[in-house]
Amino acid sequence: MRTETIDTLVIGGGAAGMSAAAAVEARGYSVALVERDDELGGVLLQCIHNGFGLHEFNEELTGPEYAERWIRIIGKTKTKVFCSTTIMELNLLEDGRRECFGYSSVHGVIRFLARTVVLAMGCRERNRGNVMIPGTRPAGVFTAGLAQRLVNMNGYIPGKDVVIVGSGDIGLIMARRMQWVGSTVHAVVEIQPYPSGLTRNISQCLNDFKIPLYLSHVISRIYGKDRVEAVDITPLKDGVPDQSGTFRITCDTLLLSVGLVPENELSKQVGIELNPLTGGPIVNSMLMTSIEGVFSAGNVLHVHDLVDFVSAEARLAGEKVADYLEGKRPAREIRVKPGSNVKYVNPGSIDPVNGSELYLRPLIVANNSFLTVSLNGEVIKKQKKAHVQPSEMIKLSLPPKIFEQLDIGEDPRMEVSLNDES
Amino acid sequence: MKAEKNSREMVCIVCPVGCRLTVTEDNGEVKVEGNRCPRGAVYGREEILSPKRVVTATCSLRDPVHSRLPVKTDAPLPYELIRSLLDHIYELDVPAPVRSGDLLIENFQDTGVNIIAGRTIPPN
Amino acid sequence: MKDLQVKQVYDLAIIGAGVSGASIARRLAMYDLDTVLLEKETDVSFGTSKANSGIIHGGFHHGTSLLKSRLELQGNLMFDQLQRELHFPFTRCGILVAALNVEEMKTVEYLYDRGRKNGAIGIELCSRERILDLEPKLTRDVVGGLYAPGGGIIEPYRFVFSLVESALMNGVRLMTDFKVTSAVYREGLHEVRDASGRTIYSRYVVNAAGLYADEISRIFGGEQYSIIARKGEYYLLDRMTRACPGKVVFPVPNAVSKGMLVIPTVEGTVLVGPTADEVPDKEDLGTSSDKLKQIFDSARQMIPNISSRDVITAFSGLRPALSGGDFYIEPSRLIPHFIHVAGIQSPGLTAAPAIAEYVKDLLKEGGLSLKERSDYRPTVDKVPRIRNMTPFDIDALITENPAYGNIICRCENISEAEIVEAIHRGHETIDGIKFFTRAGMGRCQGGFCTGRIIEIIMRETGKSFDEISKRGANSTLLWRSLCERKQ
Repeated sequence: MRTETIDTLVIGGGAAGMSAAAAVEARGYSVALVERDDELGGVLLQCIHNGFGLHEFNEELTGPEYAERWIRIIGKTKTKVFCSTTIMELNLLEDGRRECFGYSSVHGVIRFLARTVVLAMGCRERNRGNVMIPGTRPAGVFTAGLAQRLVNMNGYIPGKDVVIVGSGDIGLIMARRMQWVGSTVHAVVEIQPYPSGLTRNISQCLNDFKIPLYLSHVISRIYGKDRVEAVDITPLKDGVPDQSGTFRITCDTLLLSVGLVPENELSKQVGIELNPLTGGPIVNSMLMTSIEGVFSAGNVLHVHDLVDFVSAEARLAGEKVADYLEGKRPAREIRVKPGSNVKYVNPGSIDPVNGSELYLRPLIVANNSFLTVSLNGEVIKKQKKAHVQPSEMIKLSLPPKIFEQLDIGEDPRMEVSLNDES
Repeated sequence: MKAEKNSREMVCIVCPVGCRLTVTEDNGEVKVEGNRCPRGAVYGREEILSPKRVVTATCSLRDPVHSRLPVKTDAPLPYELIRSLLDHIYELDVPAPVRSGDLLIENFQDTGVNIIAGRTIPPN
Repeated sequence: MKDLQVKQVYDLAIIGAGVSGASIARRLAMYDLDTVLLEKETDVSFGTSKANSGIIHGGFHHGTSLLKSRLELQGNLMFDQLQRELHFPFTRCGILVAALNVEEMKTVEYLYDRGRKNGAIGIELCSRERILDLEPKLTRDVVGGLYAPGGGIIEPYRFVFSLVESALMNGVRLMTDFKVTSAVYREGLHEVRDASGRTIYSRYVVNAAGLYADEISRIFGGEQYSIIARKGEYYLLDRMTRACPGKVVFPVPNAVSKGMLVIPTVEGTVLVGPTADEVPDKEDLGTSSDKLKQIFDSARQMIPNISSRDVITAFSGLRPALSGGDFYIEPSRLIPHFIHVAGIQSPGLTAAPAIAEYVKDLLKEGGLSLKERSDYRPTVDKVPRIRNMTPFDIDALITENPAYGNIICRCENISEAEIVEAIHRGHETIDGIKFFTRAGMGRCQGGFCTGRIIEIIMRETGKSFDEISKRGANSTLLWRSLCERKQ
């Protein structure tokens, strides 16, 4: 069996994997980047729309263009790239190394022996089974991401008359895409009272095509024996379905855009502790999981909205992997918790000596609110936010100089909150 | 001369705040209300007079590995020409190799907007 | 291959390729006969046999006087041999009935007596301590119960597929998309026609048409009876759930049904269910969420860790219920050389091998001459499945066939080679491939693999994109291709 012995194994060749690999390699370490698809790029390759790269490259790029930038960067490094290779097992060896088996039709089974591992497997879509839409089991029910792949990579249009469940960006982007390939989107149905996606997408993907958006509605039934024939849409009254308001839409295709789940099966298999609020591993200020030498970044850690943040987070993880390989550890870490109106904060600890970057998600929609960081009850950083909403992740820098003059104490408590008034 | 008055409600998409705008057009004169910054006035004006969009799509690709080539307009295109552009894109049949940025359709219908390749496809 | 000029004459035609029909086909394949297996769906096992609990029953649920009881026990004992020959997933994990109070314990004792009378081997009554020892995931509130070590679990569709493969290998002919619409008995032959006009002739006919056995009987001019569809809904839990028991756990049954079970599947997931409701439409496989709470509350009474958060998907199956509650396996008194195999509800799957024996005997009594064929092959080739192999074995396999290294279904660990094998064995629909390989049954429910499977089907069968279907007929997946030039 072929064996590859390297300093770092990066599992996943999408935005996070490429960025982490490049960062580790730049510090002089040997890296193997493993990707199950036939080429690097991950889900970016099917996201042919614009909006990527404004932060990373100061340009507005499409998904494939963004991926290509990173593929070129990787190409200039000594990273060993293994495409068409799926990692199926992660084992912790007694000598401290991490062992992974990757299955490839080209290479056979490859045994990777690594000092460190970066988990960058991304996420999968929630599907009909997760949301349990009642009704028959006809053909014609797809997750929005699968439909996107079929249209943009394979060139097949799944259906003619479409209803989309979920007003997240994937659903909105697909609404426009389906209209542009000649299908008709009859409705977008959203369970929340507000849309989950960016306003820009509501405008350009729904309003431009006069596609009705039904907020506080659910699909209550799917009809159709062999293929979808119709769906029932029911309004929610005080959060509960009000059957008297149910109406039916004739359609042959249902696209589900009902959320993403970090793909942590490998992590669970090896016993990594997961955070139920994010679905991803609990990580410290080095973005290291509960298992020594195993790090994580990108959508597998928590679902991102901006690929630019994924690249930044993964780059940081790569830096920390290199620090780790050099024997560097944070002198101390402060646990940070989500405070009021914040759903979660990643990582779960910060490094006051070297500084940290936090990624957090608000629970509220608000204009002109204040993001505050408090340590032991004292506010140490405050930032005005013109607009926050749950579907937009916030990046927050905590540079070391904030902590230099502070008395951190023996048992520090740190919290990040969002409040309407100062 | 007929008096033309055209009024629309819209949400400004220039920044995430999303001001609710009321834009009125009266015989070429445009009034924008509800914006909290001058960029909103520009957006509202353009939206009601001559809305433009960047279009991204895929076209046929002749390559053993990849079936579709992502393409895009290199600048926003007037809204009313989108359908025609898409029809033209779906007629394209591009042979590999392709470089990202390659010109596929030049100056579409005299708008100055070009359609370019969104991906590099290497030779077989 | 098909010569339409020549009349296709068979000794035996079996209508319905579910577990009953497939078992009968394989059993009769041991003899020198021309047998045809007719199936109205695009693939075998697409009816009741694809959606059920997969339980091999322990022989205590039905009264001794019933035919189904006898056949259940006989069938149960045949599964080890069948697995050795056919390699379908099967584990004799044992069945428990858990009593939550003293009253229920009395019913359990009654079941135990019945099991003993039926001849269930090793059946025992358990104290609280004993049953908790046997199944640690049970609620601490359990007061005792019954243990039937002869009970087990299989993947029902894999079982049917392997039976059909074995039958085909031994000369049985399979005709799918063959929906019987008319039949005439003439000159000693049943002339059986399908919706598209295809006709076959057979001396003997076995009606194993499941939900439509009553209609088939009517078409042939046979006895009049009525099959009512009884729907059962199940929830499938993720294999990572901590609530997976080691044995099949039954609550104490009531008059209507066996109750809400917690079933560990052979593949490591968990099934919770089934409900039991009569439905007027024999095609009604819809699931509803209003049963969810009822099912989970009931299941949690026995296994406290059961959580609806672990649900991957829900599905339902339809049982063909016949009044009287027993199997109706008898030669027709109205039509010559015609055997009814109807009302095969639970324990149909368990009884299937014994049903096949029974029907063989009925056919023999009815005059069908049975001469054993000398070239009968009892075993089917085992399909390598990488999910059950070590990395070292897989490495060797990839050297022989690289397609074993191309992982198509990440959730269930299925390689391209296995999908190609499924297609070569006649499973050309998304569901057929799913049931043969398990691709698409995992937590992403086909989100990652479907596009790839579509390409593989097109490549291996030459089908065009608009012929790819979920389960045949009009269940097509794709509307248009962008690659075709638009006019």
